[in-house]
Amino acid sequence: MDFTTQLLIAAISAGTPLLLATLGGILTERAGIIQLGAEGLMLMGAVSTCIVYIRSGNLLLALLAAIAVTAVLGMVHSFLCVTLRANQTMSGLAMTLFGSGLSAYLGKSISGLPLPGTSPKLDLGWVKEIPVIGDIFGRLDYLTWFSLLLVLVLHLLIHHTSWGLHLRAVGDNPATADVMGIRVQLIRYTYVTAGAALIGLAGADMVLAYAPTWNEGLTAGRGWIAVGLVIFARWNPLRALFCAYFFGALDSLGFRIQLLGSVVPSYFLKMIPYVVTILVLMYLGYRNRNKPSGTPESLGTPYIREQRF
Amino acid sequence: MSPKNTGNTAAAVLEPVPAKSGKGFGLRLEYDSSRTRSPWWSPVLSVVLALLLCAVFIAANGMNPVTVYEKMFRGAFGTSYGFTETMVKAIPLLLCGLGIAVAYRISVWNIGAEGQLTVGAMAATAVTIYFPDLPSFWAITLMLLFGTAAGALWGLMTAVPRTHFGVNELITSLMLNYVALLALDYVVFGPWKDPAGFNFPGSPMFTAAESLPVLGTTRLHIGLIFGLVAVLIYFLMVKFTRWGYELRLIGANPTAARYAGIHIKKHIIIVMLISGGLAGIAGMAEVSGVTHKLMQGISPGYGYTAIIVAWLAKLNPLGLIVTSVLFGGLIVGGYSVQTIGLPSSISEMLQGSILFFLIAGDMIHRFRIRRSA
Repeated sequence: MDFTTQLLIAAISAGTPLLLATLGGILTERAGIIQLGAEGLMLMGAVSTCIVYIRSGNLLLALLAAIAVTAVLGMVHSFLCVTLRANQTMSGLAMTLFGSGLSAYLGKSISGLPLPGTSPKLDLGWVKEIPVIGDIFGRLDYLTWFSLLLVLVLHLLIHHTSWGLHLRAVGDNPATADVMGIRVQLIRYTYVTAGAALIGLAGADMVLAYAPTWNEGLTAGRGWIAVGLVIFARWNPLRALFCAYFFGALDSLGFRIQLLGSVVPSYFLKMIPYVVTILVLMYLGYRNRNKPSGTPESLGTPYIREQRF
Repeated sequence: MSPKNTGNTAAAVLEPVPAKSGKGFGLRLEYDSSRTRSPWWSPVLSVVLALLLCAVFIAANGMNPVTVYEKMFRGAFGTSYGFTETMVKAIPLLLCGLGIAVAYRISVWNIGAEGQLTVGAMAATAVTIYFPDLPSFWAITLMLLFGTAAGALWGLMTAVPRTHFGVNELITSLMLNYVALLALDYVVFGPWKDPAGFNFPGSPMFTAAESLPVLGTTRLHIGLIFGLVAVLIYFLMVKFTRWGYELRLIGANPTAARYAGIHIKKHIIIVMLISGGLAGIAGMAEVSGVTHKLMQGISPGYGYTAIIVAWLAKLNPLGLIVTSVLFGGLIVGGYSVQTIGLPSSISEMLQGSILFFLIAGDMIHRFRIRRSA
């Protein structure tokens, strides 16, 4: 395999957790609620997967645990932001701090232990005989295929169904949606919870397909990169796919340059994804200064129904 | 705010449906937006509830929560050694928390104190390496200047993308934390590594001239005075100057402030310079006053804990002193439970849940129970 093919494979493998987390962020923020807890949710998803997988040996159970734990945290975020109308920034930060503390606490006993297995790969038989395409798509794991399918499903859901119309209405103009008989609070709860569960699944994918054991703070800021990717992708699932793989490529590029025997110290290569995140956001901010940013119009503002007498 | 995307407005195409009748039965909750001042009991109650919540996790781990909390409390406040250690941890929390509070006053969400502290510590160490034989006064002064400037520069790198490119400062400041930590790893493993350090990643030990004076035989150093002076200046500035008045105005109503001719971008840059500079001082005080050399993990998450310190104090100067001592104690207490086989991350878990209950408490207070008509 040549360098480019290897890089593409690595980009998909590093990009899948970013993609899942970005899609989760998009769902949450389309409903009008800011999600800054992604880092904590990913860590909780990762640690739950590790604990259940190591203790039970059952992969499906481990994935369900990750989804369940982060969905509960998503409900806490919804309760604070939707029902109590709390500060969404602060609630997200609290979730990140709580998630990193709790995951370190729970993961102490299994830290460094190997998982019983990785995410199983889907063997496409004849496809893997095709040069390049076969190398890239021939043996992707189930979670990667699931994330690709999810991009399509979420694109259709958001832009081509009446459910998606309701979701966008709630994110853009909850007061009008309320008058139209859409249950704003229910929709916000549903999508914030589903979004959090997806971010939890991203954490599960981190440990199943990318880093093989649990370590404290294992996500190393990928949750925050996903928060940035939601903005790059302009809250659009199809764009999220390209953005996530682009960052997956950046993530693995540093590692590959190192393998080629670069003179640049590895610490600087590891800075690339973080620095590029800032630079791309600045570039987009500059280029789109007079254009629609795609932000759901009511993002961050709690909805207060006018009191009726 | 950036221009709206009209393509996203879905509500306009929906058909109206008849509104449901608004009748409830008996009591109902009503939101009173006029109650904006948080009640005094909210920080106290949130600490109590967080202790209860984490007790559940501790019990689930097969330990007795009462024993664990008692151990933490004794470790942090029970002995004179523990108490001075708590104060030592409170110094960076106070300085970083103060910086964060200044920025939060005008809703600039700086979460980059961790990185700003790290570069402050690195810049102070650079002085000891490149200007080795300075007399004590000049060494300390130069270290303080370098540390502050580096922290302020790191803050500026968050402020400019926000003011000139519309980039959310949360993301920028956090990304810069990771960049700073990688830069720290680079210098302690690479160019600044102590040749006589048995291959341990860290700079050479500072000389006595490069170390902050300490109180008696304890580890409590005069960084405490930096913190207290900074709190006093913050209090006087916010209370009595035009600048403080403008900050309060922006914090209360940014739109009105803009119409009143206040240059908001300028204020964002100023508060981020102050915010980063204070965290830089904290970093300088850590290396010069406590560790006496630059090493990996110079901060056990002070920058993140300081966020909660600032929020729990309601950005109030006196409150900042109280909460930073409390959280210093939480960190020291977290270390002391390691002797009974519990991870110190127990203190992070407590911090996160305190913040959860705090923001919930502030809002619950705004609801009133009303009898339906």
